[in-house]
Amino acid sequence: MSETDRGHHDIGGDPAGPVPRAEHVLAPWEKEVDAIRTVLGQKGLMSADKLRLGIEQLPAEDYRRLSYYERWLASIAWTMEKDGVIPPGSFAARVAALEAKR
Amino acid sequence: MPHDGPHHHGHDHAPDDPSFGSRAALGARALRELLEEAGVLAPGEVARQVERMDTITPALGAKVVARAWTDPDFKARLLADGSAAVREFGVEMGTTPLYVVENTESVHNMIVCTLCSCYPKPLLGIPPDWYKSFEYRSRAVREPRAVLAEFGVRLPDGVAVRVHDSTADLRYLVLPRRPEGTEGWDEARLAGLVTRDCMIGTAVPSA
Repeated sequence: MSETDRGHHDIGGDPAGPVPRAEHVLAPWEKEVDAIRTVLGQKGLMSADKLRLGIEQLPAEDYRRLSYYERWLASIAWTMEKDGVIPPGSFAARVAALEAKR
Repeated sequence: MPHDGPHHHGHDHAPDDPSFGSRAALGARALRELLEEAGVLAPGEVARQVERMDTITPALGAKVVARAWTDPDFKARLLADGSAAVREFGVEMGTTPLYVVENTESVHNMIVCTLCSCYPKPLLGIPPDWYKSFEYRSRAVREPRAVLAEFGVRLPDGVAVRVHDSTADLRYLVLPRRPEGTEGWDEARLAGLVTRDCMIGTAVPSA
């Protein structure tokens, strides 16, 4: 397998700088995203594999730019729409509606 | 506009942008609302899971390590079948088996998840930011000794480093070496020496 066959998530062994050591306490929304994944997992709707698949399908630039739980959020929303759990397009529409009310 | 993959909607925000949190918070709320409306999530279900999550800290893993240090039979069970052994502490690993790797005089273990962030969450809680960083994921498998040095861990010559790459199907926990000078200590006192990073393998306990 050549280097070019690797997905943008497959970074083991790549050169990189010092490991950033700052840690942050999770924001409530981050805990909520984590909890949604866990509960969906318990219901058989969102395995770790599905979560990873959705994250790995993100365009490379989003994968690098988004924060950890933003990647999760994008993956879960995409998977729930793809699997027909929530209506297609409903996530973006709901985010836009909530933004408009802000 | 057809999408064949997940896309992020909205403006570009760096994680340290003050407006970023509130935008992402809207996304989390939107998702929860839609799943509640679909009848998949019951109201309050997510909040209860957050509460459960908050109760899991590395102190739980530290208790397991301290037991292994003081009870040879438990240690044997832990190394033979990690998932079954931690069930004695009420910890349920679910569908991802736990493998416990033991540090010895001649071997030091560390864990990573190069592809994402798999981590023994039922024992240690949420992984630290650096564990999920591109830098740790990239370098831990290529130059583990350099990474360990950044964390202040310098191993004697002749100690082998084994790096374990987690997957969605299994989890690792490092069983650190019991520090010298702790003879006669009880489990609770020993557990106080075992930090989160000791169980990831980026630190070693000292008395």
